[in-house]
Amino acid sequence: MEYIKTLTNKNLKESLAYGGCGECQTSCQSACKTSCTVGNQKCENKKVNKK
Amino acid sequence: MSKGNIHKFYLNEKYIVLDINSGSVHVVDKIVYDILDYYLDHEIDEIIDILANEYPRDMILNAYKEIELLENEDLIFSNDLNTNFEYNKENVIKAMCLHVAHDCNLKCRYCFASQGNFKGQRQLMDLETGMRALDFLVENSGNRKNLEVDFFGGEPLMNFDVVKDLVAYGRKLEKKSNKHFRFTITTNALLLNDENMNFINENMDNVVLSLDGRKSVNDYMRMTLNDGGSYDVIVPKIKEMIERRKDKDYYVRGTFTSKNLDFSKDCLEYYKNGFKNISIEPVVTDPKEDYAIREEHIETILKGYEEFSREYMELRKNDPEFLFFHFMIDLNQGPCAVKKSVGCGAGSEYIAVTPEGDIFPCHQFVGEEEFKLGTLQTGITNTKLRDKFKQANVNTKEKCKTCWAKFYCSGGCHANAYYSNNNILEPHELSCRMEKKRLECAISILANE
Repeated sequence: MEYIKTLTNKNLKESLAYGGCGECQTSCQSACKTSCTVGNQKCENKKVNKK
Repeated sequence: MSKGNIHKFYLNEKYIVLDINSGSVHVVDKIVYDILDYYLDHEIDEIIDILANEYPRDMILNAYKEIELLENEDLIFSNDLNTNFEYNKENVIKAMCLHVAHDCNLKCRYCFASQGNFKGQRQLMDLETGMRALDFLVENSGNRKNLEVDFFGGEPLMNFDVVKDLVAYGRKLEKKSNKHFRFTITTNALLLNDENMNFINENMDNVVLSLDGRKSVNDYMRMTLNDGGSYDVIVPKIKEMIERRKDKDYYVRGTFTSKNLDFSKDCLEYYKNGFKNISIEPVVTDPKEDYAIREEHIETILKGYEEFSREYMELRKNDPEFLFFHFMIDLNQGPCAVKKSVGCGAGSEYIAVTPEGDIFPCHQFVGEEEFKLGTLQTGITNTKLRDKFKQANVNTKEKCKTCWAKFYCSGGCHANAYYSNNNILEPHELSCRMEKKRLECAISILANE
C-alpha cells in the first residue's frame, strides 16, 4: 500500500466468536469512576491471547 | 465526519479513517481522504473528474484501488455487527465498589457524596458487612476467576482496619473458592502514612489518588473540613506513595470543572510533580451548579484536549512512561465486541455496596432509593432494574446506534445519562462530544508514534 497505512486490521467481528468471557477489568474501576472508556482496556481471554 | 460506517478526521497532521464495525484504523494520504468523500456514490471516472484539479489521473486510480482492497478485506465500509447477543445470562457479578466509609475528611464542592454524608448518615462499614459483601461477590461470580473490589468511600482510609481485615479475609476466600481478588483503593491521600502505604503497596493492584492539578484549582474544590486547602498536605504524601509503588499501578486522578477549562495545565502540573499515570475527568453534576460544564464551555474543552494531545506527544518522546488515561488506546489487544457493546456492566456485572449492605448499580447511584437493587441479606430483588441496566448498551441507546465512537466508549456512563436526561438510555450529549474528541486525540497520538 502506497497511500494507506493500516494501524490495526483486527476485525471486531471475529471477537464475537469468543467474546464475552467477562474476565477483563471493569472499565469504571480502573481510574475514571465517571466516564466510560473501554478502548484502553486489555482482553483477558486466555484462549485468545495464547494464539 | 461519518459516512457509510466510517469516520474520518484530520488531527495532529494525520488523516485518519476508522472503520466503525471492524474496528480497523487506517492512516491515509490526503488523496485517499478526499476520494472517500465520493467513493460510495460515484463511479471512478466521476471521481477522477471531480478531483482532476488536485491529483493526476493515475494517482487517483491507484489510491482508489487501495481503498477497494481494504473493502474486499472487510476493513472499510464493513457491515453492521450483529451484536444481538444475550449479555450476562447467568447474572454473574464480578466487580464491586465497596463503600467502606460514608464519611470523609475533605469536603469537595462537587462530590457526589454530598460532602461525605451520601444523602444519609455518616457511617463506616463494619467488618461483618464487608465480609458478607465479599462472600456475596464470590457466591454470585459463577465461573469468573478474576474478581475486583475497589475500596471506596467517602474516604476508605477512615476505616482502614476494616480494609486490612477484608483483604485478609479475601485471601482466605480465594483459596477456598479458586478465585482471584484484585483489590484497589481510591483515596484522597490525606491519611496516608507509613503503615497504610506499605499495606497498599503489598495488597492493592491499583491505587487511585485524588488530586485536582494545580494548587489553586485543587484548593478551591478540595477543601479540608475547616475550609483550608488540601494541596500542601496531600502532594508530598502522593509523591511518597508513588515512589513506593515502583512498577505497580497507580493513577493520580482529578476532576475538572468550568472553573478550570484550561485543565491541560493541571495535567502538566501532575507531570511536573512526577506523576506519570494520570487521569482528569469532567465533573458530573447538576447543570445549575456554577462550576458545571455547560454547552458554552464545550468548544474550549475540545480545544484543550487537542492542545494537551500535542504537549503529551512532545513529553512522551522523551518519557514514554507518561500516560493519560483517556489517551491510552489498545487497538490490537483491546476488548471483544461484547465488552465494547455493554461497557462498564453497572447494575449487572458490577455493583456498589454501602456500609449498611445496600446494593446499587454503581457508586454514582448510591443513595438514590429508586436505584436500590437489593441488600446483601436479600440479594438482588429488584430484578426489573437489573434487567434495565443489562439491556442498556450500544444497540438499545438510540443515539449510540449511529455513532462512530460506540465501540470505544460502549455507550457511556449510565449515571451521566440519568443525571442529565433522567434516562439511562439517553447519553449525556456533552460527555459524548468530549469522549469523541479524546478518542480522536488518542488515535492521532498512536498514528504519530
